Amino acid sequence: MGLISNGTTLLDAGAIDSGVATGAMTLIKTLTASSSANLSFVNGASSVVLDSTYKEYVFKFINIHPANDDVFFQFNGSDDASSHSYDIIKTTTNFSAEHNEGNSVAQLGYVAGDDIAQATGYQRLFNGVGNDNDSSLIGTLHLFDPSNTTFVKHFMARVGGHRHSSATLDTYIAGYFNTTAAITALNFQMSGGNIDAGTIKMYGIK
Amino acid sequence: MAILSNAVEIADAGTFSVGLGAMVLIKTITLSSAAANISFVDGASSVVLDNTYASYKFVFSNMHPATNNVYWSVNFSIDGGTNYNVAKTSTNFSAAHSESDGSPSVGYEDAFDLANGTGVQWLVSGGGIGNLADESLSGTLDLFNPSSTTFVKHFISNCQWYHGGNNSYNTYCAGYGNTTSAINAVQFTMHSGNIETGTIKLYGMSK
Repeated sequence: MGLISNGTTLLDAGAIDSGVATGAMTLIKTLTASSSANLSFVNGASSVVLDSTYKEYVFKFINIHPANDDVFFQFNGSDDASSHSYDIIKTTTNFSAEHNEGNSVAQLGYVAGDDIAQATGYQRLFNGVGNDNDSSLIGTLHLFDPSNTTFVKHFMARVGGHRHSSATLDTYIAGYFNTTAAITALNFQMSGGNIDAGTIKMYGIK
Repeated sequence: MAILSNAVEIADAGTFSVGLGAMVLIKTITLSSAAANISFVDGASSVVLDNTYASYKFVFSNMHPATNNVYWSVNFSIDGGTNYNVAKTSTNFSAAHSESDGSPSVGYEDAFDLANGTGVQWLVSGGGIGNLADESLSGTLDLFNPSSTTFVKHFISNCQWYHGGNNSYNTYCAGYGNTTSAINAVQFTMHSGNIETGTIKLYGMSK
């Protein structure tokens, strides 16, 4: 039985009627670190959806705080169906703006050491986050059409944070997983030590 | 008659009273065959591009050109799509890096901006998108308050793409349509040849 208001069907057959405008951004999963070696989003595990359900996936990083000082926050992808290895070949770009609290550093430029040319290692998303109590990083990563089996898999990210050197760093990262296999999982970690605290939220965009 | 649950109004007068999400999918266009352009015209084919939303977001997914080394482009219309020729002033910069690890760079692309020009705005730079089987472009374009008749019309785009010379490119393009008329249609093209495949989704961001 439908639920009709003023002649307009709002609910029917157990769902919001297709004629009602609803939000296109769906929260899929929230992971909160607690001295965690890594945070992984694996399709089909723990209610994570990372397949053709959505054309675009968005990951939000909220106050990611490392256990160790001066480490990289980084990520990788997997195309495995199970027993995931995070080792997809990538070609990427990386540039940053930086300004320190002492006002002696104010710069914008390409960061050649933090990009990748056809290699399988983790992609750096932030260089040198501090582990002072008030240090952390935030940001957003977009992954487009991960289940496509024709094209490479493009991603774009912007990550800002408090460096160990008492500076703000605003980093722009982008590139492609150079594979036509479906990406089935993403893994986030620090380059050394645990993720002490922080939250990553994963959204699907319909 | 209002519908209440636990004294909270859920719906009334044919609409929900509670929030159902601020980002609303308006239209999806997926090419079933190669096309010269993809257009979104207010009032046509269920497209809304007026004062209903505060801003609009276009999301490009794997736009693949028929021709090698071409530029993904946009233009705007104030006459319902009869002409796409709004004057624009814009900026364009890119980061680039080759698969062979050569020439990583970031810099302003002065050949890809516009200074009150009415032609298409290139949303890429460098040598253009490759047309090999796995090469494509994905990205976004935000258009703010297109129906304003007071202000110019600002837009911001960020595209990640596979260059025909085996480079990864990340392009930032932004600017304004230099008109106080309402923009009511947006058209995307490759600067040469057809768009062979791809999907564009149009979202409205609630006021």
